[in-house]
Amino acid sequence: MLPEDDLKIITEKMGREPNLVEQGCFLNLWSEHCSYRSSAPLLKTFTTTGDKVIIGPGDDAAIISFGNGWVLAIGMESHNHPSYVDPYNGAATGVGGIVRDIISMGARPIALMDPLYFGPLNNPKNLYLFEHIIEGIAGYGNCIGVPVVRGEAFFDESYSGNPLVNVVAVGLAREKDVVTACSQKAGNKLVLMGSTTGRDGLGGASFASRDLSEDSEAEDRPSIQIGDPFTEKLVIEATLEAIGKGYVKSCRDLGAAGLAGASSEMAAKGNLGMKIIADNVILRETGMTPYEILIAESQERMLLEVEPENVDAVLEIAKKYDLNGSMIGELTEELNYTVQFQGEIAADIPVKLLTEGAPTFERPSTAPQERDIGEKPELPADIKQAILDVLSSHNVASKRWIYRQYDHEVQVRTVTKPGDDAGILRIDGNEGIALSCGCNPRHTLLDPYSGGKGTVVENAMNLAVKGARGIAIVDCLNFGNPERPDIYWQFKHAILGLGDAARDLAIPVVGGNVSLYNESGEFKTAIVPTPSIGLAGYIKDVTMAPAGVFSNEGDTIILVGSTSDELGGSEYYNIIGKEKDGKAPKVPENVTATIDALITLAESGKITASHDVSLGGIAVALAEMCEKTGAKVDLSNVAEGLRADDILFSESYARALITTSEPDAVKEMLGEVPCTVVGTVGGNSLSIQIGDSKTELTLDEIKEARESLMNLMME
Amino acid sequence: MSIGIVQFGGSNCDLDVLHVLKDVIGVDAELVWYKEEDLSRFDGIVVPGGFSYGDYLRAGAIAARTPVMASIKALAEAGKPVIGICNGFQILTESGLLDGALTTNNYPKFKCESTLLRVETTDTPFTSKFKKGEVVSIPIAHMEGNFYADEATLSKFEDNGQVAFRYVDREGKVTDEANPNGSQENIAGIVSTKKNVLGMMPHPERASEEILGSKDGIRIFESMVEFISKN
Repeated sequence: MLPEDDLKIITEKMGREPNLVEQGCFLNLWSEHCSYRSSAPLLKTFTTTGDKVIIGPGDDAAIISFGNGWVLAIGMESHNHPSYVDPYNGAATGVGGIVRDIISMGARPIALMDPLYFGPLNNPKNLYLFEHIIEGIAGYGNCIGVPVVRGEAFFDESYSGNPLVNVVAVGLAREKDVVTACSQKAGNKLVLMGSTTGRDGLGGASFASRDLSEDSEAEDRPSIQIGDPFTEKLVIEATLEAIGKGYVKSCRDLGAAGLAGASSEMAAKGNLGMKIIADNVILRETGMTPYEILIAESQERMLLEVEPENVDAVLEIAKKYDLNGSMIGELTEELNYTVQFQGEIAADIPVKLLTEGAPTFERPSTAPQERDIGEKPELPADIKQAILDVLSSHNVASKRWIYRQYDHEVQVRTVTKPGDDAGILRIDGNEGIALSCGCNPRHTLLDPYSGGKGTVVENAMNLAVKGARGIAIVDCLNFGNPERPDIYWQFKHAILGLGDAARDLAIPVVGGNVSLYNESGEFKTAIVPTPSIGLAGYIKDVTMAPAGVFSNEGDTIILVGSTSDELGGSEYYNIIGKEKDGKAPKVPENVTATIDALITLAESGKITASHDVSLGGIAVALAEMCEKTGAKVDLSNVAEGLRADDILFSESYARALITTSEPDAVKEMLGEVPCTVVGTVGGNSLSIQIGDSKTELTLDEIKEARESLMNLMME
Repeated sequence: MSIGIVQFGGSNCDLDVLHVLKDVIGVDAELVWYKEEDLSRFDGIVVPGGFSYGDYLRAGAIAARTPVMASIKALAEAGKPVIGICNGFQILTESGLLDGALTTNNYPKFKCESTLLRVETTDTPFTSKFKKGEVVSIPIAHMEGNFYADEATLSKFEDNGQVAFRYVDREGKVTDEANPNGSQENIAGIVSTKKNVLGMMPHPERASEEILGSKDGIRIFESMVEFISKN
């Protein structure tokens, strides 16, 4: 039901009470999911413009200039609530939706990334959600032939009963082929192409904007869309063919709020009205009401604005690809959104009231009380075991079981495969893009502002170690119930942190999505703040990207960046039950210099391997690099006054391990950026000395610990 | 010379094969939508990978029953080289152009990873540019790549030299660990009795450029091109 306040505003503006069909349109379009009602004022603080931004937020996807006439389309979406109710289809249609956002800009989707967040796998329900969500993403992405090149999988108790499924999609187009969702001309016709329209996904947008109750699984199944990746692949080819032939004046995919959402927003963007003939929509079921036709979120449908003389040609393309297609209405001068059904007017709404009329507001927020950082834990008696425990934590362990289910090589662009810091794709000759995604939810919980900032820096570091520079950020802001002032405070400060770091690094925030009300009645949990982002960067020469693992025996290992006593929210503290203790990491002042220096070093060819230091600290970064060969390091001089466990596991931002055969030249190139020579590449083990303490891990021990997730799933 | 790359609804490696043939090797190649039923103008055919018809019913089953297959069969009978890669291999077994069947992987999930293959015969239009017994790196990406054939067929393969590639370890040994999907006798690729039809689960087009980590796969296409120009 439409909230009373909203109904009052609508009645006043329309001069009459909206009928039930109209109310249904408002209920969905004015939902938090579609209208960003409690987030819009905060999202306005992002810097969204820049030299390379051709189209920023507000369209189906952003368009970023790549060079040589190429542009990238990029978008990010969440499909959290549906993935809890039906993990396979919820996750699959999440992929489908964001991919259509890319196609509707006229771009061919070339890469996906999937940051995922789950409850611990020792709970059978979480395990079930985990297995089927991965399978859903694989099933859909593999079938449509778009490689998943990077991801994140993070496990925390707070995601029990409320897993997060975020997806980033990247597309490639010639700049001249870009189309937008902005309607062009009154009199042009609307063609709906793709799947038929059924009752699936009724009211999905309004469903996404509330908490999940224990009964959700049974009650909400009708709100879940069913994915058909085969049809999606045909929709990709048919839409790109129609756009390539110049038939498409504007284009929008049907996502949240179905046909009503896509069509009214398309009309409003071009300052036009629209007349829909609901009878012309090709239906999958009989007896559908105009309300159902307008709101159903049946997947794999695309709305195209076509000049009257080209309608037949577009319908012919649909036929070639065995898709349904029909002319369902036209654009009008009169700024009304009118729906005709069986000779009667089923809805007649001022279009801008529907698409832009929802009042937005900032909610009250309350800062939490000052946190007691607690007492330092005892130094672990067995450092080696502590390292192995962190390495085998599912957050840190290898994600091979996940990414080998994704076809990460289709389209023959993937230069750096999943499991590395960044996914690298060649675009034009040796020029390419580098992609990274994710965030650190536990850092963000302890300090939302620094966590937001750290999210941007961490992803930018993942690119920098490969020699790539960030050019565009998309975000997916996953939080709990914004009506709670403490949650709204987290939300607000994480956004401010994200925005500030993006400005510091001169990377525009070009699009994204907000997912609120991520709470579970079943597990009595509210998620930790999860401001996940996707970062796309430019890399001049993909063949110059350093390896992520130790490769050259005898090379010198250098730690770049400063290590502080910042174990708050760290993986190590979480494992030893100190998750609320310690200082959360803060982003250092000199972070731009560090990033610039790493990029220059990678481009110079003077470093043979480089790897970002993040989750699990230096201990994990070193172990991860010991895939083929070991190393001997002495970390005694890394930081003054820090204990061995602090040095090994602190998660201070903006650090990397690099290897080189020319340490003096590299140190000189690093200039003012803090760095410490810590050891040498070689041997069959990782040997770590800190003061008097010496620890040695064999490559096999490291491998076994890192395979914990694979071993669990293959049991 | 012209090579046709047949696109079914759901094919998704079609553009990758086109790129390797046209841009990397530099031969004339063309995409053909499956509704075009006459392929007689081509000197060779590639049935690329993907998910024809969404793998609905059974991988390759629906594509194998489309009218265009008659034209592919006619070309094969005329001795023209035909390669089916991944889903293309599944289509060729489903249509009877090749013996055996591809069933669900022994660990029943999609698997995308690099595999090592041993070249079992150089006496085919697709393997002439290899050395017999050579170990090459070509990646796989499939859920139904578990090759099955009955005993009689397997021994016929043995007698006729119809096994083109087997999954092996670094030393070139056929081991269970090196077998990514449970295929009988580690079979990764086979040829027809007349040897002019090749089906293989690994993707040679993904191993055709140094920038992607391996150039081993391109020799399959180069062998095919050489065969066409000699005949």
